[in-house]
Amino acid sequence: MTVPLSKSTPPLMEIHSLTKTFPVAQSLLSRWRGQPRRAVQALTDVELTVRRGETLGIVGESGCGKSTLARTLVRLYDADRGSVRYGDLDVLSLRGPALRQYNRRVQMIFQDPYSSLNPRMTVEAVLREALSVHHMRPAAEQPARVRELLQLVGLPPEAAGRLPHEFSGGQRQRIGIARALALEPECLIADELVSALDVSVQAQVVNLLLELQERLDLTVLFVAHDLRLVRHISHRVAVMYLGRVVEVSDTEAIFTAPRHPYTQALLAAAPTLDPSRRTAAPAITGELPSPLNVPSGCAFRTRCPHAFERCATERPALLKLEDGPEVACHLYDPVSTAQATG
Amino acid sequence: MTAPHLSVRDLNVRIPTPGGVLHAVRGVNFDLMPGEVLGLVGESGSGKSVTLRSLIRLHRPPIQMTGTVEYGGQNLLAASDAKLRSVRGGQISMIFQEPMSALNPVLTVGEQIGENLREHKGLRGRAAQERAAELLDLTGIPSPRARLSDYPHQFSGGMRQRAMIAIALASEPQLLLADEPTTALDVTIQDQILRLLLRLREELHMSVILVTHDLGVVAQTCDRVAVMYGGRLVETAGVNDLFHAPKHAYTLGLLQSLPGAGEHRRPLQPIPGGPPDLRSLPPGCPFAPRCAYVTEACRTGEPPLLEVAPGRFSACIHYDELPALKSTLEEVGV
Ligand SMILES: Nc1ncnc2c1ncn2[C@@H]1O[C@H](COP(=O)(O)OP(=O)(O)OP(=O)(O)O)[C@@H](O)[C@H]1O
Ligand SMILES: Nc1ncnc2c1ncn2[C@@H]1O[C@H](COP(=O)(O)OP(=O)(O)OP(=O)(O)O)[C@@H](O)[C@H]1O
Ligand code: SF4
Ligand code: SF4
Ligand SMILES: [Mg+2]
Ligand SMILES: [Mg+2]
Repeated sequence: MTVPLSKSTPPLMEIHSLTKTFPVAQSLLSRWRGQPRRAVQALTDVELTVRRGETLGIVGESGCGKSTLARTLVRLYDADRGSVRYGDLDVLSLRGPALRQYNRRVQMIFQDPYSSLNPRMTVEAVLREALSVHHMRPAAEQPARVRELLQLVGLPPEAAGRLPHEFSGGQRQRIGIARALALEPECLIADELVSALDVSVQAQVVNLLLELQERLDLTVLFVAHDLRLVRHISHRVAVMYLGRVVEVSDTEAIFTAPRHPYTQALLAAAPTLDPSRRTAAPAITGELPSPLNVPSGCAFRTRCPHAFERCATERPALLKLEDGPEVACHLYDPVSTAQATG
Repeated sequence: MTAPHLSVRDLNVRIPTPGGVLHAVRGVNFDLMPGEVLGLVGESGSGKSVTLRSLIRLHRPPIQMTGTVEYGGQNLLAASDAKLRSVRGGQISMIFQEPMSALNPVLTVGEQIGENLREHKGLRGRAAQERAAELLDLTGIPSPRARLSDYPHQFSGGMRQRAMIAIALASEPQLLLADEPTTALDVTIQDQILRLLLRLREELHMSVILVTHDLGVVAQTCDRVAVMYGGRLVETAGVNDLFHAPKHAYTLGLLQSLPGAGEHRRPLQPIPGGPPDLRSLPPGCPFAPRCAYVTEACRTGEPPLLEVAPGRFSACIHYDELPALKSTLEEVGV
């Protein structure tokens, strides 16, 4: 059974113009010369809607801002500007108890299972700490809940007394998931949850995620670079390039009819499993530009085979096409089409 | 028939650990033909890196290596240190899994490429700098001339990996040992690097052993594949044969655990259980505790790697009774 999702499924989270920069350390000399402070443009005017109960895949090259987006959504980073609505909450202005409450409802699971667990805390202590901090259960009920959580993520009850280093990578990811689930969240943000794992262990963790999503009615943001996995589990996919969302669409549409030239290049470069289908020409040439120096206009124009004049001067907005997908590319903008044909 | 470029026989590596001797590589045999790209795959801890490093005798005591590695009429495991030094980094280059630990932090990238060019190509000064910039450019690093004077820490993870590749290629090696060369790279850059390796294979007639856990990379790049499990080669085959009709239950399990086409959001099929403990292996097939096709016969003695069809080797007793693989192959792509 898959969650029935339709175009009318209400949004859970609405992200508008979300922007985040990281200032770069400046040398004394350049400060003395009065050179402007430089900044990494990690997110630029991100537009994205997350629907209740869906799995939204987020893909894009290394450094395009996927983790920054995830961390900004759970308020680990402060956004420069923009807005995030979650139900009727204005996420970016939450403080104190309201923020803690939001952080319980929206949980992040981190990329690295090794560094996100305290090496000296047993699994039971890790889970009880999560339960106590958010006042989820009185102390007397915690041991029972710990057993329940372990069972939920497929770990034996004895796991409670062990330390993180006694587990394999896949098991440690399960502990991370159990800790997130302890808080009974509505939304999980999984940042490269399975990237470091063996193929077979990946399959175990993905199954767990699918099962939990059905049982607990979770919304999942699945950040990953493995396109095959993203295609398998996502209802919709957002493609990012240099801090911007360049295409959002239903999973099938992204993979069978990608619109944005970058999405097309990304799919063409992904190695297929069929040795008899090897492609001859390189999918894309040129280097990812520095996020310190994002090209004017369309950020992809330095590598885009279709770039034309307007791409250098005007930044393409994310526009909704008639048949569903949202794309940020002048090729799909009626103004350009009119210019090109007229 | 051409002679193999590299011939490995009964390679064993034993690593003493506090918990007992870890038999990381257990009787590995294979031949690598000139110009061939051989993929080495298997789960984490199966012994891929330890195998690769032992081919050029990179392990130090107390780690113990036995067997033979025939290259250019010599057994590298018994060759003199001087001989080995001249082969390493020259005719045989290696790209390491962790580029940061293999690069020298106090030398610029240009100096490190230059060192190899001087030692193995006799290039110096301006000519060496020109060639070094060319090599960086080949690996897709922008403004290569300017980047030559950078130190490794000024490079991003992916750029370091490419710098490693440039150093490894500087000597125009006959044999390249590449341990996860593209793991830290984006798919678009990965694509570029793999194409470069394939081009050099044509131009220099270089052979390559490519260790990776990315089966897509194997399918797109390799001629032949060796599958490793618990320190042994359990299957070797041409890349097409392996992906279309695996003849070992572990290989089948590996391919079946990948998401296939038309299975949107269905449960995947992982291999149950975890990797074997290389300090105390049970008798019989090391995959038996996790295998869906196991019978009593599998548990009595460890099945040897045998030729089961022309050019195909398997260490699975029931290689002929395995079910056909469901279509994992038609998927991601435009
Ligand atoms: N804490 C930080 N301080 C400074 N710069 C940062 C910080 N976090 C991220 N960045 C920069 O912001 C940009 C986006 O990084 P981010 O980690 O979000 O990318 P990503 O898409 O998650 O990449 P990956 O696929 O490699 O995980 C990068 O240029 C990165 O160097
Ligand atoms: N120096 C060492 N000391 C002790 N054990 C080691 C050492 N090097 C490797 N091992 C062990 O030998 C086995 C094989 O390791 P190896 O690095 O070859 O695995 P691998 O197949 O390359 O895995 P991965 O895909 O994770 O890189 C593992 O059990 C590993 O823990
Ligand atoms: S806007 Fe222009 S440069 Fe950007 S993707 Fe579209 S065609 Fe290419
Ligand atoms: S030999 Fe037996 S246990 Fe081993 S992989 Fe084949 S069927 Fe499974
Ligand atoms: Mg990230
Ligand atoms: Mg390794």
